[in-house]
Amino acid sequence: MGVRTHSYRLFKAINQDARHWQILALSGLFLISLTTSDFGARPKALLAAILGAMFAQAAGTVWLNARKARRQAKSGSHWRASSLQAGFVGWFADFQWKSALITSLSLSILLRANSAWFWLAAGFIAISAKFLIRYRGKHLFNPACIGIVVISLLAGNAAWVSPGQWGQAPLFIAFAIGFAALVLSSAKRLDIALGYLVGFAAMLFGRALYLGDPMAIPIHQLQSGALLVFAFFMITDPRSTPDSRIARLVFAFAVAAFAAWLGWEYHIRGAMLYALAGLALLTPLLDHLLPAKRFEWTSTKGKSHEPETPRGGVRPRPYIIRA
Amino acid sequence: MNLKHLAGACALGLTSFALSAPVASAFCGFYVAKADTDLFNDASKVVLVRDDERTVITMASDYRGDVNEFAMVIPVVDIPEREQINVANPALVDHLDEYTAPRLVEYYDENPCDARMWNAITVTGSRSAPMAMEVAEMAPEDLGVTIEAEYEVGEYDILILSAEESDGLITWLNQNEYRIPDGAEEVVGAYLKRGMKFFVAKVNLERHDGSSMLRPIQVAYEDEDFMLPIRLGTVNAEGKQELFVFAITRQGRVETTNYKTVKLPSNMDVPIFVKDEFGEFYKAMFEHQTEKENGKAVFMEYAWDMSWCDPCAANPLSRSELRELGVMWLDEGPQDDIQPMPRRPGIQPIPQPVDAFVTRLHVRYDGQTFPEDLNFQVTGDRENYQGRYVLRHPWRGDYGQCEEAGLYAENLVSRWDEEAKSLAKLTGWELDEIKQKMADGGFSASAVGVSAPKPKRKWWQRLWGN
Repeated sequence: MGVRTHSYRLFKAINQDARHWQILALSGLFLISLTTSDFGARPKALLAAILGAMFAQAAGTVWLNARKARRQAKSGSHWRASSLQAGFVGWFADFQWKSALITSLSLSILLRANSAWFWLAAGFIAISAKFLIRYRGKHLFNPACIGIVVISLLAGNAAWVSPGQWGQAPLFIAFAIGFAALVLSSAKRLDIALGYLVGFAAMLFGRALYLGDPMAIPIHQLQSGALLVFAFFMITDPRSTPDSRIARLVFAFAVAAFAAWLGWEYHIRGAMLYALAGLALLTPLLDHLLPAKRFEWTSTKGKSHEPETPRGGVRPRPYIIRA
Repeated sequence: MNLKHLAGACALGLTSFALSAPVASAFCGFYVAKADTDLFNDASKVVLVRDDERTVITMASDYRGDVNEFAMVIPVVDIPEREQINVANPALVDHLDEYTAPRLVEYYDENPCDARMWNAITVTGSRSAPMAMEVAEMAPEDLGVTIEAEYEVGEYDILILSAEESDGLITWLNQNEYRIPDGAEEVVGAYLKRGMKFFVAKVNLERHDGSSMLRPIQVAYEDEDFMLPIRLGTVNAEGKQELFVFAITRQGRVETTNYKTVKLPSNMDVPIFVKDEFGEFYKAMFEHQTEKENGKAVFMEYAWDMSWCDPCAANPLSRSELRELGVMWLDEGPQDDIQPMPRRPGIQPIPQPVDAFVTRLHVRYDGQTFPEDLNFQVTGDRENYQGRYVLRHPWRGDYGQCEEAGLYAENLVSRWDEEAKSLAKLTGWELDEIKQKMADGGFSASAVGVSAPKPKRKWWQRLWGN
């Protein structure tokens, strides 16, 4: 009975935040890649990515807190601004280390480079983009995705994505799907993952039918670890995808079609990452057309864990002053 | 005169080639003689030189049959001009093969009573295998087939064909004695739908010098897609096809993006008898490792900076050889940024180091395990890797001469045990048979006068010496 209570408590503790599941699943994938592939993920890469990502996350957090404090001071709310005077803790309030860790894990799993500096830079760019490129309080780009795209565009051959290095171990696939389903059921984004997979599979099968290829070819193309990581851990990022379900499905299909086209027409390896980054602007557009309730990571009501960037001078948002 | 089956298909981004593969029964005999080199019958060897979109493909054939029966059919993306096609010296590919081959290294133990030293002495390389190509002749075209270009290059007559329908093209090819296997319509059709043309070559007897050796065909082209078409070769192929890809780039290692690339296990101590059957060993090991990956992996056997090697199975290729293979950047840009390699024993620097990195990939495929053409990418990884297996010759003498000699003999026995185990693990051979073979050669406890294979002493037994 004790064991049961303990495991239940553990489950509850993990289940509090969908990101806990993501971290666990990505860690498992990292270990699989590390141990089964000769050209897989490396701890050095993970460390470098964490370093870069955490640094950017810390800098961004301090920046946001300072901004908030300044704004509150301006609006005359000395009551709230005093939290910054609490010092270190105040400056780092809302430090989202979990998100940064997820980004770092994704980076080390998907990105390959010939120097650890590239992961460091990718981590830094990924998280910086999260803080700097925002629209209506949502970041536009999936952090890991934009980190990889920017680095592989800048570094040329020195950094690359290895989509084929996973092999097709069924074990791995079962593992990823099992874990991912769990993740998504609590992050409520299974729709976009399945939407993407179905859309992408439809493109592949359609092309095979058109060319007269045997079905073994699209089936082979679908058995890719990188595709799974992308579908379950990247495009599902609730922060950079549309809020309404229909909009998410539209978004998923668009990314799938664009990725397939990039791969066929331009022979880009890792085309899905470019497709996701390239279509990031669709998210605010779809949110505008099909508005819905914004996603929050934790179920705790009324507390925003991800600090939202103010919209600059465009339309100042009213701040509640409690006096 | 019968054209044999299409054996291998190589694709170029701009092109793809079907290297016709002979039927096993028809050509087996040709490869038996050279035990050390012709390990894999029906193997194709393709050299891919790649820099950005510029690519040079060299397709070598060990075809030794009737040159009448030789033909090659390759899908290509563009219509190459005459200057884009060349015939190369076959020795180039052989040299590259030898340079990159998995190698055996021998070390000799010193008298343990003297200072212990390991000395690297010899090296043997094991070359890959021959490949075979296909056969052909030709005719007119009311079948929706257009002859886009027609070239005479060396001993070959080359045609570039386009077609509306795969049926028409196949009928035309068959009429012209390119024996296209049944079931090729789908594959040919898929290439045609992608807008590809077909590059077909056969030997012109009038220009052929009568030697049985056919020279490799080279094509230079530009295409963003870095791939090798292998699907034609899997149509109707009996059993697995063997393919070696030697990729030369400026940046670093080349890997497949749609199949897993795996390093062949390397740097292991193996029993001495492997020296006499290195070919068998390499074959068995490759076979066993392929099975372990369910036949679905591409094996990397060598990845090295072309300026040196350590140990060298053959000297690195010279600049002129590389240029002939298509390394187009050697004479471009500043040369002074290349530093000469430090001279170390065992390393043979070539007179002028070159900016070229070679990757040797070994694929055993059929339509089931490799349904898709091979897609590659150039990575920035310049970490050197080689298939290297180590023989350690024991010191023989009176093991009672000194205390060290006794310990050495005991140590030998456990060392041999490890060697047997790693050989079994590499090749899947039976451990008992390996041990028996070693014992027959004098590599056993009794041969060095160590009594029964002593159980290893526990750590506490060694701790205080009681």
